[in-house]
Amino acid sequence: MPVENAITNAPDNLFLYGATHREVPLNLREKLAFTEDRLVDFYRKTKGHPHLGELLLLNTCNRMEIYGVAPQSALFSKEILRGSLSATLSLPRETLDQCLQFTVGKPVVEHLFRVASGIDSLVVGEAEILGQVKAAYATARTEDTIGPLLNRTFQKSFQAAKWVRTHTDIGKGQVSVGSVAVELAGHVFGDLADCRILIIGAGEIAERTLTSLQSRGVTNVTIANRTYSKACEAARIFHGRAIPLEDINTAVREADIIIGSTAAPEPILTAPDLKSLLARRPLQPLFLIDLSVPRNFDQACENLSNVYLYNIDDLGNLAQDNLKARHQEIDACRQSLSLRASHLWERLDSQMKGPSSD
Amino acid sequence: MLGFFLEDRILMALGALLYGIAFLYVLLFVRRDRSHPPSITYAIILVGWILQTTGMYIRGLEVGGCPLGNAFEILQFVVWSLVLLYLVVGSSFRVSLLGFFSAGLAALLGLFSLLPAFDQTRREWMEGVSVWVELHAALALFSYGVFAILALVSAMFLLRDYSLKKKNFHGVFHFLPSIKQLEDIKYRLLVTGLLILSVSLLLGAVNWSQGDSTLYPKKFLPTLALWLCYFVLLILRWRQALRPASLAWASIILFFVALITLGPVNASRGALAPVPNDGDTSSLREIRSSPSEPLSPDFTISR
Repeated sequence: MPVENAITNAPDNLFLYGATHREVPLNLREKLAFTEDRLVDFYRKTKGHPHLGELLLLNTCNRMEIYGVAPQSALFSKEILRGSLSATLSLPRETLDQCLQFTVGKPVVEHLFRVASGIDSLVVGEAEILGQVKAAYATARTEDTIGPLLNRTFQKSFQAAKWVRTHTDIGKGQVSVGSVAVELAGHVFGDLADCRILIIGAGEIAERTLTSLQSRGVTNVTIANRTYSKACEAARIFHGRAIPLEDINTAVREADIIIGSTAAPEPILTAPDLKSLLARRPLQPLFLIDLSVPRNFDQACENLSNVYLYNIDDLGNLAQDNLKARHQEIDACRQSLSLRASHLWERLDSQMKGPSSD
Repeated sequence: MLGFFLEDRILMALGALLYGIAFLYVLLFVRRDRSHPPSITYAIILVGWILQTTGMYIRGLEVGGCPLGNAFEILQFVVWSLVLLYLVVGSSFRVSLLGFFSAGLAALLGLFSLLPAFDQTRREWMEGVSVWVELHAALALFSYGVFAILALVSAMFLLRDYSLKKKNFHGVFHFLPSIKQLEDIKYRLLVTGLLILSVSLLLGAVNWSQGDSTLYPKKFLPTLALWLCYFVLLILRWRQALRPASLAWASIILFFVALITLGPVNASRGALAPVPNDGDTSSLREIRSSPSEPLSPDFTISR
C-alpha cells in the first residue's frame, strides 16, 4: 500500500479504536499491552483484510490505540479488529468492550494531535510520546499498513507537536525529581561535563538522578557506601570509583555535586564539618542533593556561602510547580491544535472531493 | 526637521531611548517566564548604539576631539563603552540576559546624563592636544565601561545566588546564567578592566612626566585610589581570600564609587566654555575658527 497514493477514502472513514490512561486503569492496560512479537503478529493477521484499510497501532505505557481508515463502514472494521484483538491478546470480547473506545471522523485527528503533542499524556507535556508516535508510524510503514490518509494525518500531527513545543510552554521545566536535580545543577555549573559527583549511599531515586546527570555528560563519579561491596557494584554499573564511607572527607572536598541517599538516622554532613572541608576551595560552588528521609545533610549547610542544598521536598515542589505551569498551558494548546486539526480536515475533505492540490 | 534629528543631544537621547526599549522588550518576556528572541534585542541595542555614536561624533566635531569635556559627555562615553563591550564581546560570553541588564543600565545612565545641568559648559576647541592624552582619557573611561559590565555581571551573580538559595526560578531568575559561568566572567572582566585602566594611568603618567603640565591631585588621586581598590580585589581573588558573593558586592559598590569619582575628575578640568542659553553655538564656532590660539597648559593636563 504505497503512501504516495492519492486519498480515495472519505476522511469520515478515519477511526480510532483504543484505550488510554484516562479511562482504563493500569491492571486492564497491562492486559492490552502489545509486545513486539504480538504487534508483528497483529499486523500480519489484519493486513489485506477486505474490511480493514489503513492501520497503525500505537502502544505505550499509557495507551493502546489503533488508528485506521475503513474501506467501507467503520463499524465493520471495528468488528474485525475486535475479533483480531481478542485473539492476539487472549482477552474475551466483553473485556475489550469495557476498555476500548471507538471514535470516527474529525475527533480522531484532534485526538492524535493532542497525543503527539503530549497534551494527553499522564505527565502533561512530556516529550517522549512524540518519539513513540513516530516509532509506531515507522513500524506501520515497514509493515506497509498505512496509506495516504494516515500518512498525511500523522505527518501533520508531527508538525503540530513541534509547533506546540516551540510556541507554548507545555514542555517547559522538568517534572521528575532526577530531571529537576539536573536542571538545578545546570543553574549552578552550566556545563556539567567536568563536574565531579559524589554519591553517598544507594537507592532508586539516586540512581535515576545519576543516570540523568550522566545523560548530560557527567563522567567523574565516586560512590561511597557503608557496605563497600555495594559501592563497588554501583561503581561498576555507573563507570565510577568506589570508596568506603569512612573515606568521604577527601571526596567531599573535591566534589561539585554530592547526592545523599543513605538510611542514616543522623546527618552524615553537618554545617561545621562541611565549612571546614570547603575552606580550601572557597571559590568553588557545591550543590548538595539530599534524597534521604531522615535527611543526610544538616539543613544549616544551606547557609554556607557558595553551597546550595536541595532536599527531596524542594525537588518535589519544583517538579510540581513545573507541572502546574504546564497544566495552565493546556487550554491554549488545545485551541491551537483544534484549529490545525480543522484545517487538515478541510483539506482532506476537499482532496477527497476534488483533484489533489497539496 | 532632519536637522533636529542630527543634533548631538537628540541622537544620544534616541540612543538611550532605544536601550530602554530593548530593556522593556526583554522584560515583557521574562515577566511571563518566556524566552525572548536575542537577535531582536541585539538589533535594537545596535541601532541605539549607532545613533549614540553618531551623536558623539557630531559632538566630537564641535569640540575638535573625543567628547569628554563635561559630565554629560563623560557619562555618555561610559555608556557607549559599556554597550560596545556588550555588542562585541557579550555574545562571545554567551550569557543570557546580559543584553537585558546592559540595556537597562545604559538607558538609566544615558537618560540621567541628559539632565541640562550636566551639559552647561563645554570644552574649548581642542586642536593641538596630544593624541596620547586623548588615548589616556578614552582608555580610562573605556575601563569604566568594563567595570560597568563587571557590576552588571556581579548583580546577575547575586540574583542567581539568591534564586538558588531561595529556590525561586520564576521570571528573570529562570533565564539567568549559571553561578560558575558568571564567576568566571567576573574574573575575566576584572582583569581586563584593571589592565585597561593601568595602561591609561601609565599613559597619563608618561605624559605628565614629560613635564609640559601640572598634575591635578584632585583628578589623579581618586583615579589612583580606584585602580588600587580594583587591584586589591584582584589580589584577594587570586589568593582565594574573597568569597564570590563578596567580590560581586565589592564590584558593584566600586563601580558606583567610580562614577562618583568622575565628579572631582571633571571638576579638575580647566578651560570650559559655557554653552549659550539660546542654543546658539556661534561662540563655539568662534573658538573653533581660531585654532591657532595657544592652549592653556592646564587644559592639556586636564585631559
